[in-house]
Amino acid sequence: MDIYFDNAATTPVSPAAREAMMVALTEEYGNPSSLHRKGVSANERLEEARASIARDLNAEPSEIYFTSGGSEADNWAITKAAELGARRGKKHIISTAFEHHAVLHTLKKLERQGFEVTLLPVHSDGLIRVEEVEAALREDTALVTIMYANNEVGTIQPIPEIGALCRARRILFHTDAVQAVGHIPVDVKADQVDYLSLSGHKFHGPKGVGVLYCRRGAYLTNLIEGGAQERGKRGGTEALPNILGMAAALHESVEHMEENMRKVTALRDKLIEGLRPIPASRVNGDLTHRVPGNVSMCFEGVEGESLLLKLDLAGICGSSGSACTSGSLEPSHVLLAIGLPVEVAHGSLRLSLSEWNTEEEVNEVLKRLPEIVFELRQMSPVWEEMLAEGSVRNVKMEEF
Amino acid sequence: MAMMYSEKVQDHFANPRNVGKMEDADGVGQVGNAVCGDIMKMYLKIEDDIIVDVKFNTFGCGAAIATSSMATELIKGKSVTEAMQLTNQAVVEALDGLPAVKVHCSVLAEEAIKAALKDYYERKGLPVPPECQICDHDCHACGGCG
Repeated sequence: MDIYFDNAATTPVSPAAREAMMVALTEEYGNPSSLHRKGVSANERLEEARASIARDLNAEPSEIYFTSGGSEADNWAITKAAELGARRGKKHIISTAFEHHAVLHTLKKLERQGFEVTLLPVHSDGLIRVEEVEAALREDTALVTIMYANNEVGTIQPIPEIGALCRARRILFHTDAVQAVGHIPVDVKADQVDYLSLSGHKFHGPKGVGVLYCRRGAYLTNLIEGGAQERGKRGGTEALPNILGMAAALHESVEHMEENMRKVTALRDKLIEGLRPIPASRVNGDLTHRVPGNVSMCFEGVEGESLLLKLDLAGICGSSGSACTSGSLEPSHVLLAIGLPVEVAHGSLRLSLSEWNTEEEVNEVLKRLPEIVFELRQMSPVWEEMLAEGSVRNVKMEEF
Repeated sequence: MAMMYSEKVQDHFANPRNVGKMEDADGVGQVGNAVCGDIMKMYLKIEDDIIVDVKFNTFGCGAAIATSSMATELIKGKSVTEAMQLTNQAVVEALDGLPAVKVHCSVLAEEAIKAALKDYYERKGLPVPPECQICDHDCHACGGCG
């Protein structure tokens, strides 16, 4: 039995999404730009999908731009908002230290082009403070870009408050909502965002498709020159199967959001409560402002990649922010941003659940994971040192 | 399991050989640091210049555990001089290769053995052969073996 607890990385495609995709892969093979009947009906499907996604975000269809995914949407929004800023002599951008690399690396590029970027500190609870955003705002601030929910620790940022702040100061506000949309209520009007990025495969849609929401009136110039697709801003024939699949998956997620949230939160809390008693372990990030499916923990004396591989051998799929999973010496910038010491961050584990997971699977993980942590600690010189220092108690697996 | 690892690496990770500690070791060596994410500790039992037993403890990734395990297998029953000649390349080859980002783990395994041999010589009051001089694995300050 495979236990898939890596839903923040990607999710399996839902039957509803699959069905919608099949329509585009079979009868709706027309090019939405063609004038004949096949083109017209494909275009109708495309615009239905756009309208459906718009409704699910409380946006207008004309504010929805289809992209290849969340990273493209992030790149697009940030680059263009910066472009406008530069034209107005505003070259300051505010973001946070624990954004996704699609945001951080875009900001790095802008820095090389002469922008000044303020990365707000993240508190140990995995949250940023609205007062600190406010204090960082300047006359020349062109853009604030802050993620809706963090991908590693799952914390939900005070987006509506930041949105109100930016709107009052007439500063553009972008949010990378890849980990939020489909999991918690997101309303672009209530949140007062100008740009929002989302990705289809995080809520049981297909990979390779996403959305940039751009509020009507907010600045956005062309990303890809070519045809008239996406109101001329992103040329190229639309990926209709992916778009229809994403729209169906999002609609299903939004329709069942309340019950999904209840179910997934209960599974998550059971997992956290069951793992917490493992000695020298900690839960990362605030427990109330948190997406329903995220469990992020550190187990001292254990290295994350070996923990993941042992879990994999037991049929359990998770993820880690350890250095060894990233191919560098540095562990996750997210865990360092919330103040974890490097050696602790190496022992991180993220389990991310969806409404497809079951209590039975949670029980299996609660049985196997502590065994694996104990097994790895048995052979860990770091753990041996911690025991020698007396900083931890030598609890045996049988006692646990 | 992760397809980036050869079957041999996967086997030595899932069933590591010679894991454990040794109370009466003749040489003990530890290399790496927790900040870098890898620590290896080797214990050698040496009789008549022959490594009659070897144990290891490792904190680290899958490759770190597999290279430790393979390195212990490669020196067990060998003479001290032979063990001293063990290169990280030999460990990598015996494992049917390692991903490039993991080669530093094999360097660590080679050096853990050298550190244990160095300790053995020092305990016996003998001069430490130049082969057993190793780097201190302050990776952030050096970066030479990444």
